[in-house]
Amino acid sequence: MAADLKFAKTHEWVRPESGGVLTVGISSYAVEALTDLVFMQLPAVGRKVKAGESFGEIESVKAVSDLYAPISGEIVEVNAALPGKLETLGKDPYGEGWVVRIKADNPTELDGLLDRAAYESLVGSQPH
Amino acid sequence: MSQSLLETPLVEWHVAHGGRMVDFAGWRMPVQYASIVEEHLATRRAAGMFDVSHMGRLTIGGTAAVEWLESLLTRRVAGIEVGRVRYTLVTSDAGGRPVVLDDALISRDTDAPDGTTRLALVVNASNRDRVVAWLTSRLPGAGVTFADRTLATAMIAVQGPLAIQIVGSLCTPADAARIAGLGNYRATSAVVAGCAAAVSRTGYTGEDGVELVVDAAAATPVWDAVHAAGAPLGLRACGLGARDTLRLEAGMPLYGHELREDSDPCAIGLDLAVNLDGRSFPGAGHYGSLRNHPAGRVRVGLTFESKRSAREGDAVMQGERQVGIVTSGSFAPTLGTAVAMAMVDRDVASPGTAVEGVIRDSRQPAVVTPLPFYQRDKRRA
Repeated sequence: MAADLKFAKTHEWVRPESGGVLTVGISSYAVEALTDLVFMQLPAVGRKVKAGESFGEIESVKAVSDLYAPISGEIVEVNAALPGKLETLGKDPYGEGWVVRIKADNPTELDGLLDRAAYESLVGSQPH
Repeated sequence: MSQSLLETPLVEWHVAHGGRMVDFAGWRMPVQYASIVEEHLATRRAAGMFDVSHMGRLTIGGTAAVEWLESLLTRRVAGIEVGRVRYTLVTSDAGGRPVVLDDALISRDTDAPDGTTRLALVVNASNRDRVVAWLTSRLPGAGVTFADRTLATAMIAVQGPLAIQIVGSLCTPADAARIAGLGNYRATSAVVAGCAAAVSRTGYTGEDGVELVVDAAAATPVWDAVHAAGAPLGLRACGLGARDTLRLEAGMPLYGHELREDSDPCAIGLDLAVNLDGRSFPGAGHYGSLRNHPAGRVRVGLTFESKRSAREGDAVMQGERQVGIVTSGSFAPTLGTAVAMAMVDRDVASPGTAVEGVIRDSRQPAVVTPLPFYQRDKRRA
């Protein structure tokens, strides 16, 4: 797990890129907890999202889960290959398994997210 | 209010093997160990083993036991032979309102040493308390003994094309041959891995297999032995998640979903579970009238184009008209697509009818499909 990542309590990760753009994905903990992924719905490029708002869905055999925007902004890119290759989420959740890129309205919102140690301590205290 | 959950004698095994434990009908049960899909496919290809000790196991005995159950169950109990298992409904007419309390398996065991009849009724965990209360309220003054043996025993389902071979490998040749020769919905007693077991050729997966009932103290040795014998052949321990996807593919109704208190059994395709001929079980008149005047929605299968499944409670639409409601739905691992069971209006119930499932804010095309979705190749057995 790369050290420059930030995490939402809802299990999305965020990596700051250049120009205020953030790459967003799903933590390996969440992917492992979901298991048996069958479907993913991504947002349209250009959509505006608010922090905490659902921007997509991921469905496993057992249940449907929302994907929540960790930060407010505009969806500027989506990983269109991902819904057809959901196994990538398990194999490379912090690389090829990225989900969307968001141009942040206010990059200081990042400060409200968890760092890696805080996230690991959060999920370490949760039963699967 | 949170109450402490019941645990089966196998709970430590489940936890030690990565079982994700959930509250199911008041029991702490594994929903999966690793992957529901892998557990499901192992059951179809080789074998799966399931701790189903949460199911209610009731025993009935005494000189009037058969006559008493004959007056209470929708299937005929009079004349039932030793070793016969029948799928039945348990109905009640308490308060003048006929309801389906549960679906259940009734079987006749070997007679007691004193020659009296013994029967066993297996009921759903979610309905055990109320079925026990209902039957207790109907006990005659004499001639029937009735006991809830759920906590004193354990139940292990071994299902799949290799199930009979695996269980047989833990028995004497004579017991193995008797189990292999059992017809569907037949039961016998045998010694499995050194433990006395009631063995029935039944299950809830659409595969060949058996369900074993053993004393609680025998649960772990029998479970361990089946697992050790089966794992090299591809057997997997399976949780309730795979049990649900397997029964869905097999088109089997689940109480609380397809089957409910106010259900018309015929509309769900359970005509054969209700024998009306001259019988007087609770609500017989009501169910006879429903059979003679079919009305309301009927149970169908739906096959989706996508892997994305409609779930219980989702609407089924045809154009702008709601024509039904989904009762169970999931991605079906054997079929590679999503399927569902739904109660739909009779005019859209014919196989091939195109409908849509409303999945959150999207509509997914589906086609009405005959049940079951999956049927094993019986020639292979």
